[in-house]
Amino acid sequence: MSVVTLEIDGKVCTGVSGETVFDVAWNNGVKIPRLCHIGGLPNIGACRLCLVEVEGQKKLLPACITPVQEGMVVRTWSEKLIAHRRLIVELLFAERNHVCSVCVVNRNCELQDLAVELGLDHIRLRYQFPKLVADTSHERFGLDHNRCVLCTRCVRVCDEVEGAHTWDVSRRGALSQIIADLGEPWGESDTCTSCGKCVQVCPTGALFEKGKAVSEMRKDRGFLKYIVTAREKGQWIR
Amino acid sequence: MAERILINTVTRVEGHAKVSIYVDDAGEVSSAQFHVVEFRGFEKFVEGRPFHEMPGLMSRICGICPVSHVLASSKAGDRLLGVEVPPAAVKQRRLVNLAQILQSHALSFFHLSSPDLLLGFDSDPARRNIFGLIDCEADFARRGIRVRKFGQRIIELVGGRKIHPSWSTPGGVQTRMGAEARDEIAAGVPEALESVKLALDRLKSVLDSFPVEIEHLGNFPSLFLGMVSPRGEVEFYDGVIRIGDAEGNIVADGLDPLRYYTYLGEASEEWSYMKFPFYKPLGYPGGMYRVGPLARLNVAASTGTPLADRELREFKQRSRGAVCQSFHYHLARLIEMLHCVERIEELMVDRELMGKRVRARAGQNQNEGVGACEAPRGTLFHHYVVDDDGVMQKVNLLIATGQNNLAINRAVTQAAQRFVRPEAIQEGMLNRVEAAIRCFDPCLSCSTHALGQMPLEIDVRNSRGEVVNRYRRGR
Repeated sequence: MSVVTLEIDGKVCTGVSGETVFDVAWNNGVKIPRLCHIGGLPNIGACRLCLVEVEGQKKLLPACITPVQEGMVVRTWSEKLIAHRRLIVELLFAERNHVCSVCVVNRNCELQDLAVELGLDHIRLRYQFPKLVADTSHERFGLDHNRCVLCTRCVRVCDEVEGAHTWDVSRRGALSQIIADLGEPWGESDTCTSCGKCVQVCPTGALFEKGKAVSEMRKDRGFLKYIVTAREKGQWIR
Repeated sequence: MAERILINTVTRVEGHAKVSIYVDDAGEVSSAQFHVVEFRGFEKFVEGRPFHEMPGLMSRICGICPVSHVLASSKAGDRLLGVEVPPAAVKQRRLVNLAQILQSHALSFFHLSSPDLLLGFDSDPARRNIFGLIDCEADFARRGIRVRKFGQRIIELVGGRKIHPSWSTPGGVQTRMGAEARDEIAAGVPEALESVKLALDRLKSVLDSFPVEIEHLGNFPSLFLGMVSPRGEVEFYDGVIRIGDAEGNIVADGLDPLRYYTYLGEASEEWSYMKFPFYKPLGYPGGMYRVGPLARLNVAASTGTPLADRELREFKQRSRGAVCQSFHYHLARLIEMLHCVERIEELMVDRELMGKRVRARAGQNQNEGVGACEAPRGTLFHHYVVDDDGVMQKVNLLIATGQNNLAINRAVTQAAQRFVRPEAIQEGMLNRVEAAIRCFDPCLSCSTHALGQMPLEIDVRNSRGEVVNRYRRGR
């Protein structure tokens, strides 16, 4: 494992080979936006919000799956990157029915935070208003497809941390939806252990605890790192 | 040109009203219709939502009286859970409901109606608003604004935000109330009390100068419906429904608000998006009833607080039976404000208010729930049907302004017949028709519009229904 030195936004940073640009940037205080990434789960580079400019590369690269290299020069914020990120977030808002003011995670939502961070005060795209339902068949939790951004954190945490693999993605494109098992109501799932990890990692109000009112849902963002650190290093620290 | 404005501007913006005045062959006003041309659709688009979200969703119906919708919705949710709400939560809900009624009434009286009453119905329309009032009566206007602020501040301190608080939830409320909030509210009571008393005295001193308006802005017999406590006192949060008639008799008493649909029906007309509720035993439209401050004071035997009770006794002497003049909604509103401040003061020393337990937790136990309370403009009913997973299947909302719909139409007809000369419409005539509507303080006039300038259109139609004259004011 060798130490790598690179430049991120004009700041000289050091990381270890094998680490991603995203991790090294965050470890050095450079916060790159993200939605599908969450510490403790493998990265998939799906949301494209962490795209960065790397000197010598024509294409923008997703920081969460780009390994650091010696002498790399990375830019995480530029007009072009902001424009791309804004458009991504606008697409997410336009695609489904996100109404922050009446959402259970209002003021505690990663999508909302991103919109604020990117100065999103209106959506230039036509809202799609798909007819989607909320699955509240589970005794303790609910799934509202209207608020889902298909980041698949729930799919990954259920598979790779809990080991149940209750969640998966059905269909393709704009019709994609998270499903429990083979498309049963969540409450009828044979595999769900009701652990609630999916609910806690969900960046929006798509997965929520039943009984929570508007703005009342608070997600435990740190628990996953705690579990993974405990499992991998035998250290039970938060 | 005029037709284009009629369609494009007025019919598509929230809170706009339109009045059609029908003229017979002799050139006299025969009838008038008050059209509400907006469509909100809340009953429909909340279908499919989990019921715990309903208070938050319902509060968005109105920026002036969100608390009323939150409370009716929470109470319907309490029924779905099948729980008894802890006393501290009940007291918090009561407190915020009182603050809501206080601030809404203050807005109606000081900001919207007092310019008519204190500056005159025929005064310059450009100055007949709160700013004109500030110029002429700075201290009075300031007091009005501060009373409203006091109510809004209570909502913020307890509910977390001034507008659209969603702290109340099925089973209780989200957070305990702090001692600092209580102390701040208590400190504001004396000024609010003094301001309301001053306004009440002021209104009473000018009432005699409006004999024609009192007589013709919605003065007719009708039923009156309001919530009362088991002892027959004014009750805003939880009580039974009492219905009285124009002679002051009690027509029905002890009605269960949860079974409102057994005695209240809802009719619809093709010319208005607002429903026309009526008292079932008398049918439609004979079962016209009024709700709101005038109705509440007419049906209640007392308010239960000393200062307001004194005013109520005087109020009841204004008529042999029930007070039927809609103009006296203004007076009733101020008496209720006095009552609200007195009740708020009582709650400040209520030990239960600060209780630790504020929420009863339970899963869903019922599939149908009704929540009712008194909103500033009258009795409010929320009726929910959910499936076994708690997802909304059917919603019925019976909103105060809707319940006054028949009466508002009657008042508009009466005002038009008395004040409008079809051959030459003048601003003063228009303002009196508007004032007849404003007596009821409908949500249309108070939610989103320029002060003192409710966009209003008047169509004068002949006996064949053709528009012969059109007058439009506002945006």
